[in-house]
Amino acid sequence: MSGVRVLVGTRKGAFVLTADGTRKKWNVSGPHFAGWEIYHVKGSPVNPDRIYASQTSGWFGQLLQRSDDGGKSWEPVGNEFAYDGETGTHQWYDGTPHPWEFKRVWHVEPSLTEPDTVYAGIEDAALFRSKDGGKSWQELSGLRKHGSGSHWQPGAGGMCLHTIIQDPSNPQRMYIAISAAGTFRTDDGGTTWKPVNHGLRSEFMPDPTAEVGHCVHRIALHPSRPNVLFMQKHWDVMRSDDAGDSWHEVSGNLPTDFGFPIDVHAHEPETIYVVPIKSDSEHFPPEGKLRVYRSRSGGNEWEALTKGLPQQDCYVNVLRDAMAVDSLDTCGIYFGTTGGQVYASADGGDSWNSIVRDLPPVLSVEVQTLQ
Amino acid sequence: MITVTLPAHLRTLARVEGDVRVEVPGTVTRRAVLDALETAYPMLRGTIRDHGTLKRRAFVRFFGCGEDLSHEPDDAPLPPAIADGREPFMVVGAIAGG
Repeated sequence: MSGVRVLVGTRKGAFVLTADGTRKKWNVSGPHFAGWEIYHVKGSPVNPDRIYASQTSGWFGQLLQRSDDGGKSWEPVGNEFAYDGETGTHQWYDGTPHPWEFKRVWHVEPSLTEPDTVYAGIEDAALFRSKDGGKSWQELSGLRKHGSGSHWQPGAGGMCLHTIIQDPSNPQRMYIAISAAGTFRTDDGGTTWKPVNHGLRSEFMPDPTAEVGHCVHRIALHPSRPNVLFMQKHWDVMRSDDAGDSWHEVSGNLPTDFGFPIDVHAHEPETIYVVPIKSDSEHFPPEGKLRVYRSRSGGNEWEALTKGLPQQDCYVNVLRDAMAVDSLDTCGIYFGTTGGQVYASADGGDSWNSIVRDLPPVLSVEVQTLQ
Repeated sequence: MITVTLPAHLRTLARVEGDVRVEVPGTVTRRAVLDALETAYPMLRGTIRDHGTLKRRAFVRFFGCGEDLSHEPDDAPLPPAIADGREPFMVVGAIAGG
């Protein structure tokens, strides 16, 4: 019997939501790590029972937890993220140099092929890799030492490396995204990196089309077409058909092109989802209506998905890591809100139900499809 | 044996209930107590003091015998009542919030 396991990180703990393939009746387990901020929880595609959780606290710092039994029990693994060599400075909000300092792990990305390899995206922005199941971490410092590093500047949420995407067809290629530096690609397994932001335009920058400095919120790809990338930028929904070498806008008829998450249907590589948010100064849905927008044409033409979602007086946000899809025959879509709801659609977004309604603010949502 | 009182979140992390007791060889200093604590409970590394620098985390304080010991030198002897186990060495998470 197939099923799904939804891994939810919140401001006050992690929750594991499980259901069979019908996705109608849910079991809620948690809070795990009660009282701690859980930025991200993600399972290994190679061994779905192996799950990593980033556990963090302003008081007690960073922990990495690992489960090897599908989230039933957890063990702390390595939590030392030491930058490689001289850290130097990046730009502070006011443009002055500021020393690089580790703050937290935003995102964990288990390897597509190696059960003991996992990547971590951290604030201040850097990429780390563990080859021993999270026990020890080494920086892939070619990224931070890219010539532009001293010019990177934090976004409002901090200078975080929040997105890590492995190319399933090419183990040497990987993409990462940093707020507010932009998107970078490696073609040699993480040794060297280049910015891939051509075509992005950010009016808040002195040079709106500069090579780095763009506030990329999230990127996504479909495994069957790894050269096609979709991006929710601070403003603008973007698309690249050449592995990030160039981007063009596909915001089309969206009511606002500000937002955080973006994701791709599991079986339809041209079907994508975003959650429009009113603006960067008003982090809630336009008109108090929570609407997921779906494009079946890879962008530009969007339809509002509203059935089952609150259409009045809704002023929550949906954060960048808080949307995911399952790969059951009828693709399931999931997202969590800062109001503590986790919504699920078992029919590709046509209709929605809340799995849970009153969790702490949701920071991340991931889904595992279990056979 | 030195008695160490941990804040609730760190007791949960270390999977202990109540105070913990650690053997501290030689002079009982803050550094020696924390070294012994982290040896006995390695999951606490990085949560009280930073990796590498071993500096106290900003929102963690150390108390004992009615005194704030947070700003004492790492290698200064702790009060005798802590050193002989009559009083606990307290690791405290700062009270913060609205």
